[in-house]
Amino acid sequence: MPPESDKPGKEEAAAGAASSAGIGSGDPDLTFTGPESGEGRSAGPWTIAWRRLRRNWLALFALAVFLLIVLACLLAPVWANDVAHTGPNTTHTLEKLHEGGETKEVVEVTGKSIGPQWFAAGGKFFLGADGHLGRDEMVRLLYGGRASLFIGFTAALITLILAVVLGLLAGYRGGWTDTVISRALDVIWSFPVVLLGISLGIALAVGGLSIGPIHLKSSSLWIPTLIIGVVTTPYMARPLRGEVLALREKEFIEAAVAQGASAWRIMFIELLPNLISTIIVFFTLNIANNMLLEATLSFLGAGVQPPNSSWGTMISEGFEALYSQPLLTIIPGTAILLTVLSINVFGDGLRDALDPKSKVRFEARSGATAERSELAELSGTGV
Amino acid sequence: MLRFLVRRLIGAIAVLFAISILVFLIFNVVPATNPAQRIAGKNATPQLIKSVEEEWGFDKSLPEQYWTQMKLIFTGQVTSYNSHVNIDERILEGIPATASLCIGAAIIWLAFGILFGYLSAIRAGGFTDRALTVLALIGISMPVFWLASILLYYLTYKIELFPSNGYQPLSNPWEWFTHLILPWISLAVLYVGFYSRVLRSSMLDVMNEDYVRTARAKGLSHRRVMTRHVLRNSLIPVITLFGLDFGAVIGGGAIITEFMFNIHGVGYFTAEALKNQDFPSIMAVAIFGAFFIVLFNMFVDIAYAYLDPRIRLGTQAT
Repeated sequence: MPPESDKPGKEEAAAGAASSAGIGSGDPDLTFTGPESGEGRSAGPWTIAWRRLRRNWLALFALAVFLLIVLACLLAPVWANDVAHTGPNTTHTLEKLHEGGETKEVVEVTGKSIGPQWFAAGGKFFLGADGHLGRDEMVRLLYGGRASLFIGFTAALITLILAVVLGLLAGYRGGWTDTVISRALDVIWSFPVVLLGISLGIALAVGGLSIGPIHLKSSSLWIPTLIIGVVTTPYMARPLRGEVLALREKEFIEAAVAQGASAWRIMFIELLPNLISTIIVFFTLNIANNMLLEATLSFLGAGVQPPNSSWGTMISEGFEALYSQPLLTIIPGTAILLTVLSINVFGDGLRDALDPKSKVRFEARSGATAERSELAELSGTGV
Repeated sequence: MLRFLVRRLIGAIAVLFAISILVFLIFNVVPATNPAQRIAGKNATPQLIKSVEEEWGFDKSLPEQYWTQMKLIFTGQVTSYNSHVNIDERILEGIPATASLCIGAAIIWLAFGILFGYLSAIRAGGFTDRALTVLALIGISMPVFWLASILLYYLTYKIELFPSNGYQPLSNPWEWFTHLILPWISLAVLYVGFYSRVLRSSMLDVMNEDYVRTARAKGLSHRRVMTRHVLRNSLIPVITLFGLDFGAVIGGGAIITEFMFNIHGVGYFTAEALKNQDFPSIMAVAIFGAFFIVLFNMFVDIAYAYLDPRIRLGTQAT
């Protein structure tokens, strides 16, 4: 935890001002491109960002890989119905595979299942079968990827909404609103993500969730999604609050106040557009991070629950037979690695393109700043 | 300094209190099933559930329940109904293994993180820098399961280079060392990637400072400027982060690393408890883990304030 100061508001405002200098002024590329400075003067901020991103072939390649993975997972039913002719939870324990002149058992008497067949059996058991149940590994991988991607993306969206609202309220309203929100975020923040995640995950996995009219079954995918979305909120809300604290001292806010704009208008129409580049970068990197966290929770039995499966649960099942069938652990693990890596590489390029100056700047001496809490989150979710 | 200490201590106690309430709420109010049944475990008899109800005070009001449960956990009286062992004792037993794992991994990640970050920064933009950047991103994106399962399968099973049977006590240093090398690497890789990135950015910032230019103008050698002036000042954020991360790893337990490498520390105990849905154990681990982290962070802050007077005086450092 950062050193708390007597006057958190003042200190963080100054720290935030230092780190947001790259957004408003200073950077020659962006001098005339603030969202409120009108069009017409040379290129707009998005054009400049796009130009920078276009030069970064590595980031674009990573984006292509990620989109390919998403597409493959979206097409899971097509593969399942038209190529493998089976479902993700269909067992093939006693079946035999006729291939050329040979006959192979899907699951041998020893419990060892068939290895990757590629296209030898017309796409059936492309990556082999899993464990003693003899389910098609490829079909499970694609369906599991849908769950993992869904959780990663939706949880990042939940974090985004919560963090923007809380960050704007705390930063702009100040006073006791700020105190309450900041203290609540501090408590969650000082709890390690994995411990909080497994506590909530296991508590809800047993009983399900029912708050008022909302009832979620314990096996619902929404439970891990909500948990991850909420648990990671402080890591985005705190830096946003810091930026708002710095921005609200700027002239354009003063002008809006003088014109009689309402607080809501100032928060969402005036302030929000200035936070967009931070939000985009956080959102992207959050997806990667959430997928790692999901895998960790599911591996420990506190995430996705049967009958659903995700890459995390597949690793958990596969690990039980690591020495006889290492592929069952390595395949879903590689899927996570590739997806997370592609998002991280793209996110890194995106940050360079949108906001080159903010790149991991520390105001370490004055405690909590945007970059530090961001960094603290990005490490330590997968141990 | 004294005022700072007192303030910091009060802050830490407040956070600890809030965390214990949060954990209490998570395990007692959030789930929609009978709490006594959950505590008693999956195959509990009605009598056991009844006695758990009394011991944990589920028939009383919420504040009373909170008080009873915290008393049980902090006086070391709480037992797991699944395995009939005292949970606090199990946690204490696990500490040597967890500490061995975390301290060793921390040494590796600091050493290599600093080395790679330094190399990357002094060759910024060059080939070394780009290669190290890509490696760092791979390290950050690598799930521990993936690395651990590959290391386990190929290095302990296929070519039997390393032993695989869990943790050996420090009384036999060689065995202790060889059994821990792979877990150390698995745990450290993520942080190596991460710290090298942080140090690189920090060094690039420091290189633009006036005192670096002054040092060059004085005619100091490039090497001397880099190590004495730039590296030293760039290490501040790395050390701060290290305080946070080390606290999190040792307090949260490197659950997955311990589980996969069969190291019977606190993390392994947590993983086991999760698989059995053993609620009292998970609750105790969550509270102790969070407490440890808060305390550790407080120590870091105090050390930090000691080193940098501007923090304890509350003035802005610019």
